[in-house]
Amino acid sequence: MEKVIAGKTIHVNEEGFMTDFKEWDNTIGEALAAENEISLSPRHWEVLGYLQTEFKNEVPLSIRKIGKSGVVDIKEFYQLFPKAPLKTATKIAGIPKPASCI
Amino acid sequence: MSENKGEIKKMMIILSKATLENVYAAFVLANGARMEGIDSEIFFTFFGLEAVHKKKNANLHIATVGNPAMHIPTMVGGLPGMEALATTMMKKEMAKIDMPEVPEFLEILSDSGVRMWACKLAMDMFHYKKEDLFEGVEEVITVGDFYKKSEGEGVHMLFI
Repeated sequence: MEKVIAGKTIHVNEEGFMTDFKEWDNTIGEALAAENEISLSPRHWEVLGYLQTEFKNEVPLSIRKIGKSGVVDIKEFYQLFPKAPLKTATKIAGIPKPASCI
Repeated sequence: MSENKGEIKKMMIILSKATLENVYAAFVLANGARMEGIDSEIFFTFFGLEAVHKKKNANLHIATVGNPAMHIPTMVGGLPGMEALATTMMKKEMAKIDMPEVPEFLEILSDSGVRMWACKLAMDMFHYKKEDLFEGVEEVITVGDFYKKSEGEGVHMLFI
């Protein structure tokens, strides 16, 4: 389905995850973060950049991998994106929701 | 279920066994809750305490006897070394799907905000001390304390 955000039209699924990463840009990221009640700090951007790189490299994401990434540890990840961090962070990053249980 | 449209706000998981498959079930459910933004807590009781016992939790086994889904005849399952063999095989499969070993999994749970409690009665029975346990276990508590912590809307309790 289509959604208008930050003055642009993007495609999202029923859970609000973007379905075409090419449509994503920083202002959309900011707006998606605001929808999730998060204001993005430089630390947030570092984590989002890491998630997008992993997505582009087709690496499946999990909490365990993020803990071992060297970019952010699990505790900080939960502080940066409270409540469902992996879901929230991937949604803001414009990439699909990870299908991981761990 | 009409309350909050049945929304789950907190999972209270009671782990009473230390066979690997049960420990993993409890850990995956607790971690999965946190990943969805649901609070979760684990109460370790009876043999479940071994999962947080620092000297024991790296060497938990799966059960090869009394477990029909293993498809090993009970007599064979009881032979020396069978549990260790089956456990090694299962651990190999778990590594393939990026499943952490028990001590590392506990760290992940703790960092993810899963609160952990040890059962006083079982601690006394096994003569365990708080220092024997993983640091993420906050306190040794009674069943009554556990029920008190479980109060509130949208709290679900699960016995493993």
